[in-house]
Amino acid sequence: MSCWDTFLAYGLRSVGIGERLLPRTGFTLCEHVTLIGSGLIWNLYFGVLALGFGFLLANAVALGKASPNRWLRKPAEWFVFLFRGSPLFIQFFLAYETFVLLPRAGIDIPLGFTTITVATSWLSKAWAGALVVLFLNTAAYSGEIFYGALRSVPKGDIEAADAYGMAGWSRFRRVIWPTMMRLAWPAYTNEAIFLFHATTLVYFSGFPAFQQKGDALYYATYFASKTFNPFIAYPVIAAYFIMLTLLVITAFGVINRRLNRHLPQAQRGRIRLRPTLIR
Amino acid sequence: MFTSCADPNSIEGLTWLLCYLTTGKHLLFYASFGVVLLLLAITAPAALAFGFGGAMAARSPFLPLRMIGKAYTAMVRGVPDIIFFLFVPIALDQGFEWLRHKVKCPDWTEPIRRGSDFVVCPAAKLPLSTSPQWVHESYGFAMAALAFSVVFGAFAANVIYGAMQAVPRAQIETAEAYGMTPRQGFWRILVPQMWTFALPGLSNLWMILIKATPLLFLLGVEDIVYWARELGGSKTSQYAYPHPDWRVWYFLALLAFYLGMTRLSEMVLGRLTGRLSRGQATLGGEMQRKAAR
Repeated sequence: MSCWDTFLAYGLRSVGIGERLLPRTGFTLCEHVTLIGSGLIWNLYFGVLALGFGFLLANAVALGKASPNRWLRKPAEWFVFLFRGSPLFIQFFLAYETFVLLPRAGIDIPLGFTTITVATSWLSKAWAGALVVLFLNTAAYSGEIFYGALRSVPKGDIEAADAYGMAGWSRFRRVIWPTMMRLAWPAYTNEAIFLFHATTLVYFSGFPAFQQKGDALYYATYFASKTFNPFIAYPVIAAYFIMLTLLVITAFGVINRRLNRHLPQAQRGRIRLRPTLIR
Repeated sequence: MFTSCADPNSIEGLTWLLCYLTTGKHLLFYASFGVVLLLLAITAPAALAFGFGGAMAARSPFLPLRMIGKAYTAMVRGVPDIIFFLFVPIALDQGFEWLRHKVKCPDWTEPIRRGSDFVVCPAAKLPLSTSPQWVHESYGFAMAALAFSVVFGAFAANVIYGAMQAVPRAQIETAEAYGMTPRQGFWRILVPQMWTFALPGLSNLWMILIKATPLLFLLGVEDIVYWARELGGSKTSQYAYPHPDWRVWYFLALLAFYLGMTRLSEMVLGRLTGRLSRGQATLGGEMQRKAAR
């Protein structure tokens, strides 16, 4: 089998397209690279969607934490403490066991005039259940980052906005929020990188890989356990993740430049990877 | 454990729960919390030592050593830590066995790697197949602890390297002006001052280390996650204490344990930060000085 054939057979194996059986004997480097690369689709899926939805919730959490109203502040504080104070691994396990316990037929919600049945079985599948956990987790971590940035918005900026007669929503949207994003962005880039790294935990934490459709690390451990040789599979996945990290840094760097475009050249903050934010 | 627990079928209510929570397997579950704490107690100083060594190597004037140090600190950037946790124990295990194989069985001619097998001579096996069960278990634990130390050492090396760079240059220049050798300047001036800069990063690392301990489960150690899954799974009436699937409650207990650890660490580290910034020319130290006045 040539490498191109291998690519056709296994390139989309992780989403169920192509050869049904995984390779069993005589593993080639090409098979390693193809199958692990195909698993990376799931890492991208979890990472991109969790980051996208998490960004919205993180803004709400940050504002809630900074709110003077304790009914908004306390829930936000507890949410952040709960998800930042416990291991993601345990969160995955707990979520999975909870989702499994939900009734298979769905939950009936009586609305008086009619009854809605909410299907719940999809939550115990990795694509949905793990995404929910990752979404809440990244929302808590980025919410804390945004909260820190919100608190360090310069006083002068807000006074200037007041002087221009801005208040409420327009002041927030045009002055506070852009500055908050600008200040939070380097730390948020790190968070994004470590979110992508955290996606590798999904298939090791209770969520089953249906029909051996797993992520990159799932296939890497498959190879390592079959060949009993960690020196090929793990470096391959490491290379993939280094590329993914560089991609994230590039993409976030573009946004960072846009956020900082009004500042003089020397003051623009550069994104430096500071790996002090994993779960 | 208690005499009243001799016949679990005849008891009910709280007594049943008490008896259930003190079975032999549950005592092993409680002991596995000790395994987690032991791992933390071993890994934290070891990682600090690795990190210090890595940071010193990265600052070394000798180029090959500096390159090794830089490569070590760069290792954890970009690659998920879980890959290292899976890779390092197997790689080290095979490395050790290979070395012992070379020393103990020099006249062994067959290749070690045969297709999908890694075969060394029986005398080079680690641990020896004749050794008792506890040796196998502690070998597995030691491998896990080593993997944690190597990975977190790389994180710590990043932090300590940055902290060493953050000590004001003028301090070292003063040491030079007093005629100290580079070695004296390093140990007497740089290292004592670096800790206050390193502390925020190191306390962050400690939090991460606590939250990484459930990964022991992936390395085959019988830790709290293993026991929570084992004990929580539904038990049929064949068991002494039949119950439905209770894994949610066990994992909730683990969650509470980790939240408690986080809260406790936050409090202790907060005090330590205050202690270390006393008298420092930093914002924290300045605020303390003003408050005392």
